[in-house]
Amino acid sequence: MSPRRRRPHLVFPDASELEEPLLDVQDLRTYFHTARGVVKANDGVSFTLNRGKTLGVVGESGSGKTVLTRSIMGLLPNIQLERSGSVRFAGHELTSLTAHQLRDVWGTQMAVIFQDPMTALNPVVRVDRQLTESLRIRLGLDRRAAHDTAIALLGSVGIPAPEQRMRNYPHELSGGMRQRVMIAIALACGPKLVLADEPTTGLDVTLQAQILDLLASLQRERSMGMILVTHDLGVVANRADDIAVMYAGRIVEQAPTKDLFSHTRMPYTEALLRSIPRLADPSHTRLRAIPGRPPDLASLPDGCPFAPRCPYAQDRCLTDDPPPRTAGAGHLFRCWFPVGSPEGEDALARNVAAGVPAALAFTGALAGAAISVTTVSVTATAVVTGSLAPDASLVPPAVPLVVPPVVPPVVSPGPAEGANGDATAGES
Amino acid sequence: MSRYVSARVVQLIFIIFFISIVAFLLVHLLPGDPTLAILGPNDTAQARAELLKQLGLNRPLPVQYWTWITNVFRGNLGISFLTHQTVSNAIGVAFPIDLELIIVSQLLAFIVSIPLSLIAALRPNRLFDRIATTSTYGMLAVPTFVVAVILVLLFAVKIHIFPATGFNPLAQGLGPNLKSVLLPSISLAVGSVAIYYRLLRADMIATLQEDFITMARAKGLSTPYILIRHALRPSSFALLAGAGLSIGSLFTGAFVVEILFQLPGIGFQLIQAIDSRDYLVVQGMALVAAIAYVVINFGVDILFTFLDPRVRRG
Ligand SMILES: Nc1ncnc2c1ncn2[C@@H]1O[C@H](COP(=O)(O)OP(=O)(O)OP(=O)(O)O)[C@@H](O)[C@H]1O
Ligand code: SF4
Ligand SMILES: [Mg+2]
Repeated sequence: MSPRRRRPHLVFPDASELEEPLLDVQDLRTYFHTARGVVKANDGVSFTLNRGKTLGVVGESGSGKTVLTRSIMGLLPNIQLERSGSVRFAGHELTSLTAHQLRDVWGTQMAVIFQDPMTALNPVVRVDRQLTESLRIRLGLDRRAAHDTAIALLGSVGIPAPEQRMRNYPHELSGGMRQRVMIAIALACGPKLVLADEPTTGLDVTLQAQILDLLASLQRERSMGMILVTHDLGVVANRADDIAVMYAGRIVEQAPTKDLFSHTRMPYTEALLRSIPRLADPSHTRLRAIPGRPPDLASLPDGCPFAPRCPYAQDRCLTDDPPPRTAGAGHLFRCWFPVGSPEGEDALARNVAAGVPAALAFTGALAGAAISVTTVSVTATAVVTGSLAPDASLVPPAVPLVVPPVVPPVVSPGPAEGANGDATAGES
Repeated sequence: MSRYVSARVVQLIFIIFFISIVAFLLVHLLPGDPTLAILGPNDTAQARAELLKQLGLNRPLPVQYWTWITNVFRGNLGISFLTHQTVSNAIGVAFPIDLELIIVSQLLAFIVSIPLSLIAALRPNRLFDRIATTSTYGMLAVPTFVVAVILVLLFAVKIHIFPATGFNPLAQGLGPNLKSVLLPSISLAVGSVAIYYRLLRADMIATLQEDFITMARAKGLSTPYILIRHALRPSSFALLAGAGLSIGSLFTGAFVVEILFQLPGIGFQLIQAIDSRDYLVVQGMALVAAIAYVVINFGVDILFTFLDPRVRRG
C-alpha cells in the first residue's frame, strides 16, 4: 500500500488568530464499563490551555492521566466506553467529531508522545518510514521531500548522523535516542498541541533533563501548547505554567505553578510535594509513597476519595464530597479542610492529638523531609514556606521545604548523550 | 544475519543426512532378503544374485549406504519392480503435481484467510468475527474428502466446468492445467483457511492492543493502512510457522485428494507403492517428501529474519 495523501476535511484556524483558548476541556468524564463495574477513570475534569502554554498534569499511578490524554484526543477504543463532557480544540468540539474527522486532528493538530518509546515505536518498521509516512500521507510531501524533512527533524531533536539513524530499527537505538525519535515523529506535522505522557520515565536523570529541555525549546520555537503528564511534581516544577494535580480521576487542585507551590491548599498536593525525589536518591526512585493506596476507581467512596489517607480528614470528609473551591486567581481545589487555613490546621491538630495514623505518619514524614531538605543545594526553584506548621508544639519548626531541581543544569543535547550509550546503533 | 543463515544451513544439511539414513535403512533393515524388497517377489534367482553383487548387499552397512547415496546423487534411485519405470521418473511426474497443488491451494487459503482475520480482529467478538470464526470452525470440522466429493458433484457432475479427475500438465496449456488442479486445490485450501484464520486473528487482536498501533492511529493514518503496514507483519509469525508445517506436510498429506481426483502426486504414489510393497518407490518418494518438508521449514526460518529485524543478529 503506497502512501497517498489524505485530503483534510476540517478547517483549523491559525493558532495565532484563535480567540478562545487552544484547548478547553469541560466536565470530561471517561468511564469504562468492565466486569468489575464502572471504572470512572476521568470523573469531571475541566481546564483550559492557551496557545504556547504548558499544563503539568501530576498524579500517582492509576489516577487517570493517560486516560485523560487519550480521552482528549478521542483515541480510546470505543468498546465499553462512556464518554461525556466537552473538549473544544482550536474552534472544534472534538467530542462530536466522527472517527473519520478526528483523523484530521490527529498528528497535524494534536500529537502525543508516549511514555515508553520501546512499545510505542513499531519494532519491525525502520525509523525512516515511521517518520516519513505521516509527512507523506498527511502533508502530501513526495518521497524526496519527506526524506529531507525527516532528516532535518531528526537533527532538530539532537540526533547525530540522522541519515544513518533513518535506516535503523527501534531496537538498534538507545533509550534516549528512541525518545528523541518519538518526539520527532510527534512534531513531524507541526501540531498545535502536544500531549506528552510521562515522556521521560525510565530515562536517567541527565537524559530526562535533556529531553525535557529539548521539548521546552521546541515548544517555544513553534509556540505549541503542551500537556506534560508526570507522576513527579519535581519534573513540572519549573517547566509548567499551570499544574493540575489528579487524584482518583479528578483534578483535585489546579493553580499557576508558583501559586501551587507557595499556597498549596490540597492535603494531597502537600503529600505529593513531600514525595519529590531528592538529589541524593537513586535516579529511578518513583514517588516516595504516600501511605495507603488510591481508591478503586470502580467503587469510589462516598465522601472525599483521599479521606482514608488524608492527615486532615474529619468525619465530614467520609460522607460529603468536597466541591471545587477557589483560592485566588486560577487556583481551584477540592477540600473541606485546606492546608494553611484555620480549619485545616485545626483538623490536623485534632488528628494528631487523636493519634490518627495518617496524621502521625505525616508529621513524622515532615520532620524527615525537613531534615533532608536542608542539605539540598540552594539552586532551588520553588520554596514553600513554613505555613504548614503553625503550631510549633505539633509539628517541627518552620523549616523551608525546598522543591529541589531534579535535574542538573542544561547540557546541549546530542553529542553528550551520543558519547555515552548511543553506540548500540553502530554498524554490524 | 549471514551467520544466522549459515548456521541454519549447516543444521539443514545434518537433518537431510539423517533423513537419508532413515530412508536407506527403510529397505535395508527390512526383515528377510533385501533383494526381495527391491526386486519384488516375482523375480528370478539369477536377478537376485546379480543385484546382491551389484549393491554389495553382503558388505557392511556403511559401505552399502555410500554406494546408495552416491547413486542417489546421480539421480539413480532404482527401478520400480511393478512399473519397471525408474523411481526418479516417477518422482519427476509426482513432484510438480504436488508443487502446483500446494502453491494454488495455499494462495487460495491466504487470499481468503488474511482479509478475514484482519477484519475480524478489528472488532473481536462482534458480528463479523463471530460469523467468520463459526464458519471456519465448520470448515475445519468437514473432512477434506467430503469437501472434494461435494465440489466434484457441484462443478464436475452437475455443471461440467471442471474435470472430475485427472491431471493436465502445464505443457498442455495453462487453462486445462489450472482447471484440473482447481477443485483439488480448493479441497485442500478449506482446511488451511480455518487454521490460518485462527492463527492470524489471534495475533492480530494482540497486536492491535499495542502502543505502536495507538501511535499509528495518533498520526491520523487510515485503518487499512495501519492494518497492512503496521499490524500485519508483527502478527504473522504464528501464521508463517503454521503455514510452513502445513505446506511441508501436504507433500504426503494431500494423498486423499490425489486419490479422489486421480492425480499421481507423491502421496498417491507412496500409498500405492506401500500397498504393493514396491519398496524402492516408497524409499524414493519418502526421501523427497521428507526433504521437501525440512527445506520448506528452513525457508520459513529464513523468512522470519526478514519479518522480524530483532532476529537478525550477528
Ligand atoms: N480500557 C480500559 N478499561 C478499563 N479500565 C481502564 C482502561 N484504561 C485504563 N483503565 C483504568 O483507568 C485507571 C487510570 O489509568 P491511567 O492509565 O490513566 O493511569 P495513569 O495515571 O496514567 O497511571 P500511570 O502513572 O501508571 O501511567 C486505571 O485504574 C486503569 O486500570
Ligand atoms: S481534609 Fe477531607 S476533604 Fe480535604 S483532602 Fe482530606 S479528606 Fe479530603
Ligand atoms: Mg499513564
